[in-house]
Amino acid sequence: MQPKVITLKVNGRRHAVASMPNVTLLYALRDLGYTDVKNGCEKGDCGACAVLLNGKAVNSCLVLAWQADGAEIVTNAGLGTLDRPHPLQAAFADTGAIQCGYCTPGMLISAKALLDATPHPSDGEIREALSGNLCRCTGYDHIIEAVQLAAERMGE
Amino acid sequence: MQVEFELLMPKTLSEALTMLAPAAERGLADSSTPVMPIAGGTNVIPDLRDGRLRPAVLMDVSALDVLRGIRRENDLPGGLPGGLPGGRHGGGFIIIGGGTTIATLLTDPLIAQHAAALRQAAAVFANPLVRNRATVAGNLADASPAADTAPPLLVLDAEVELTSRSGTRWAPVEAFMVGVRKTVRRPAELITAIRFPVPPANSASAFHKVGLRKADAISVLSVAVLVECDADGLCHKARIALGSVAPTPIRARAAEDRLQGQVLTPALIEAAARLAAEAARPIDDLRGSAVYRQRVVGVVTRRLLTAVVDQARKVSSQFFGESPTPEEQSHATQSHHTQS
Repeated sequence: MQPKVITLKVNGRRHAVASMPNVTLLYALRDLGYTDVKNGCEKGDCGACAVLLNGKAVNSCLVLAWQADGAEIVTNAGLGTLDRPHPLQAAFADTGAIQCGYCTPGMLISAKALLDATPHPSDGEIREALSGNLCRCTGYDHIIEAVQLAAERMGE
Repeated sequence: MQVEFELLMPKTLSEALTMLAPAAERGLADSSTPVMPIAGGTNVIPDLRDGRLRPAVLMDVSALDVLRGIRRENDLPGGLPGGLPGGRHGGGFIIIGGGTTIATLLTDPLIAQHAAALRQAAAVFANPLVRNRATVAGNLADASPAADTAPPLLVLDAEVELTSRSGTRWAPVEAFMVGVRKTVRRPAELITAIRFPVPPANSASAFHKVGLRKADAISVLSVAVLVECDADGLCHKARIALGSVAPTPIRARAAEDRLQGQVLTPALIEAAARLAAEAARPIDDLRGSAVYRQRVVGVVTRRLLTAVVDQARKVSSQFFGESPTPEEQSHATQSHHTQS
C-alpha cells in the first residue's frame, strides 16, 4: 500500500493530506481534528459519523478517504459556532434533545439535509430522515421536537 | 482498517474495464486475485472490516459519472437478447445506470411513473444515509437473498448489463443471482446498467417488506407483484417475486401461471397467494421462523395482488374501457386535462 495526497475541503477549509487506500473518510476527518465526527458502529447502522458529502448526508465510515478526494465536506462544527449556532444546534440545546451528546453531530447532519430539501417537514418526515441515526439516551421525542422547533424558527 | 489493499481509481469506463481485464490480457505476468469493484461501499466496507472480504485490489467506480442516471430509450441499438431486433417492445426500456444510488430511485420521475414496486423498495432500503451511497448495481452484486431491489426488478423483467473489454451481455436478474452472495458476473465484467421494458399503462406493481422494525431493517421476507389486466379484470400478465425465503430472490411461477389469462377474482387471487407461499423455501433464522415466513408470504401476496389488480383495472377502464361509470368518466377526463 502506498499513500496518496488527497484534497478535502472541510467546513470551507482546504486540506491536502497523505492518505492510505484503506483509510475511511471518518478516520481522515478525525485525524485532521474534526473530532465532532463520531466513531460509532463503523458499519452504517448508527449514523454518529454522518457528514454532508457534496451536500448529501452520508456515513463517513462507509466512504474511503480516496473516494472523497476533491469533495466538499460539512461536519456538525461547520453548521455553526458556539457564538453563532445554527438554528438546529440551538433548538437541540433548547429542547433538551442532547443527553450524552454522542449521536448529536450525526443527528444534526441528517436534520440539516432534511431541512435543506424539506423546510417544513412533518413529524413522519423527520422520523424518516433521522432513521439512520441511533440515540441511546433521550428516546427521540426531544430530538423530533428540536427539528420541528428549528424548522419553525427558520421559517420566521 | 486493518485489512490492506491497493485501490485503483479509474477516471473513465474504458480505463475501469482495462483494470478489470485478466492480468494476462493486460500483459502482466502475475495471475493474482481478481480486482473487486467498489461503489457506495455500504456492503464492501463492513465486509472488509470484518475480514469477510480479502481482495488484494479494489477499484472505485463511484466517480464514473457515465454510470449514473436513469433514462428511457425507445429503441435499443444493440438489439434484444436472443437475437430479437431492438425496439420490439413498443414502450421502450427504462435504463438505470449501474452507479445510480438508491436515493435517486426515490426522486426519479420515470421510476415514480413506471416502477412503483421499485420505488417502494427504495423507500424502505436501509436508511437515508445508506441510500445516498448504496447503488442498485451494488445491491444486486452483493446477491443477498434479502436484497431489497431484487423482487421489484424480477417482476419488472429486468436485466443486468455486464460489460467487459470484450463486449456486453445482458443477464436476466433471475439468472444473475445464482446463490447466496453468488452471481454470474465474471471477474472481468462490471455491472454497467440495469434495464426493464416500460410496463404498459394498464399495469400496476407494488412491493412490501416485512421487517422487525420500521427503518434500517433486513427483510424477514419481501414480496413484489406486477399485474397487467383489462377493465374487466382479465389478466394479461402477472409477476410475483419473493425475497428472503430462498437462497436467492425467486419468482413464484406457479402462482403467476394461475393468474395468467384468467379473470382476477378474489378467489383466484387467494389461490395464487397460496401457490406463492408454497413456492417459498424459507429457513429458520434470527429474524423469523420458516413457518412464519411461508404463511406471511401468502398474506402479503394476497394483499398486494388485491391492491394492484384494483389499480390496473381502474387505469384500464379510464383509458381503454368500453363503458366506464360516470364517475370514472369524469376522472379520466380530468386526467387528460392534467396531462395536456
